[in-house]
Amino acid sequence: MAKEMNSVKYKLNRGDGIKGFFRAIWKNKMSRIGLIILIFFLLMAIFGPMILQDPKSDYAHRLQPASWKHPLGLDYAGKDILVQLVLGSRDVLLVAFYAAFFAIAFACIVGIVSGLFGGKVDAILMLVSNVVLTIPSFPVTMILSMVLKVDNQLTFGLVLSLWSWAGLAKAIRAQVLGIKHKEFIEASRILGISKFRIITNDIIPNIISYIAVNFIAIMKGAILASVGLMYLGLVPFKGNHWGMMIQLSMSSTGALIGSSSIVYFLAPVVNLILFQLGSYLFATGLDEALNPRLRT
Amino acid sequence: MKKILISLITVFISLIVMFLVIQNMPGDPVDMMAQDIVKNEHLEYELAYQRAKSILNYDPDEPLVNRFSKYVKGIVTGNLGTSMSYKKDVIDIVMGALPWTLLVVSISLLLSFIIGVLLGIYIAWKRKKGLNTALIIYQSIFGAIPNYVVGYLLVIVFAVTLGWLPSRGPYSSNVTPGFNGAFIGDMLKHAILPVLAYFTTTVAGWIISMKANSLSVLGEDYITYAQVRGLPRRRILIKYLGKNAMLPMITILAVNFGLMFGGSPLIENLFLYPGVGYYLNIAIARRDFPLMQGMFLMIIIMVVLSSFIAELLYKILNPRLREG
Repeated sequence: MAKEMNSVKYKLNRGDGIKGFFRAIWKNKMSRIGLIILIFFLLMAIFGPMILQDPKSDYAHRLQPASWKHPLGLDYAGKDILVQLVLGSRDVLLVAFYAAFFAIAFACIVGIVSGLFGGKVDAILMLVSNVVLTIPSFPVTMILSMVLKVDNQLTFGLVLSLWSWAGLAKAIRAQVLGIKHKEFIEASRILGISKFRIITNDIIPNIISYIAVNFIAIMKGAILASVGLMYLGLVPFKGNHWGMMIQLSMSSTGALIGSSSIVYFLAPVVNLILFQLGSYLFATGLDEALNPRLRT
Repeated sequence: MKKILISLITVFISLIVMFLVIQNMPGDPVDMMAQDIVKNEHLEYELAYQRAKSILNYDPDEPLVNRFSKYVKGIVTGNLGTSMSYKKDVIDIVMGALPWTLLVVSISLLLSFIIGVLLGIYIAWKRKKGLNTALIIYQSIFGAIPNYVVGYLLVIVFAVTLGWLPSRGPYSSNVTPGFNGAFIGDMLKHAILPVLAYFTTTVAGWIISMKANSLSVLGEDYITYAQVRGLPRRRILIKYLGKNAMLPMITILAVNFGLMFGGSPLIENLFLYPGVGYYLNIAIARRDFPLMQGMFLMIIIMVVLSSFIAELLYKILNPRLREG
């Protein structure tokens, strides 16, 4: 392990790299717990909707407390809360995944092109990034969600990503500038290898760990933003989403006071906390595992 | 001087971007109003449309360039147009909303910054493992719950169950606004819950970054040297550790100020607090384009201004940057 890290990092055998990566994650207590939590949510999102059916409204049995048949009780419309929670996990994760994916893609394109090409291209791209950074993302996302009609996970993710790539793009640009003049990149250039190959073979492997940590951070932020947009009633999203559950529990049942609908409010909130806790622990551990300088 | 120019250019480009995005929102406000007039006054649609156009002072058929030049001219002369839903000058609404947001955002930001800095140094200096674990648990819980959900829980506990604090609005209806004790007390009382909602969700972040900064400063040679020299511990803590670890956080403070301004729709919507975010939310829901643009102008100016001030502060506090 130590030998691997001490040797020059830019050309690792792919299989060894992945194995070492997971070994490092598993060795760190924080990232191990985080990984287990994230896998739990992943399994829930993948298999939950395969097993469970969308619950039907049943106003005769609304707001029932927990029972064996309905472990978390029924909501204001008589729907099973646990079933909604499990079904919602797929939508929550998909929206967040798309958001992170698009944001990272934008950030990589802007950051790498800007850092590699320099000059006017760099100046224009950085000006755009600065403008995006100047206007806070949440109000813009509010308006963008009206401009682009959000009705599925993909468009929702896209809307959330459109204003959240700029900071990362600048950071990636800085990283690219840092490695641009390293010998192995100069060597590739002298050998006449195309810029595209340099990007995919030399630059991306060097910033991949940084991107991985940010992927999780953006997913975390996207989940909070998506729940916020739903809370304001700006996203007419069909399907199950924890944000929808929170919004409905606050608007439709209003009074949480003393009624059993507090479960309907707390269930998605507790899941949010758990997921964010998992991401936080995983990302912190990941940072330590990938960044030898942080290890003491 | 160059910095001011860059800031102005950024503001201008941001305004163009926002203008284009807003103008491309679906839904025609003139049509919406015309429909209303048809329903209420049984006018013909054509007539109603003309009337709506003159009431709103907004013509969707006018070319985009004309609308934009009108808009920029308005900004320069301080005329931001008339709000479609309030029938009032946008500049008046903006100026009325700004103090409320500033009040809540600045109090909560200062509070969490000061407490974060103090606790961060303490934890880094004492290296108590238990306290550190507690901090991480606190951060994962309160960093994960959206601040308006925390606000909602605070309302349930302090306003509904205990009845100690008011849950909505900026002040009670029975006090007269102005510079008198009763009004100020009442106003501060109404600000407690929104401030608390911001504070509980942000304070741990400050502690963590201050702790990290302090730890890296503690590794520096000049701290060891100061200890070897036998300087009093207080002096080391405040002059050497505190100041140097706090410096990089000044920039984050400014960025967060802007971020909180942007996040205010959620909290202000919950507490019915008539700040920038509250009106922005209403403007978006009612397709009130002039009001939307006015609120965005305010948000952008606040962000640019705060980062500008941060840079000045940074220069004043960091003597190394003062020369050259």
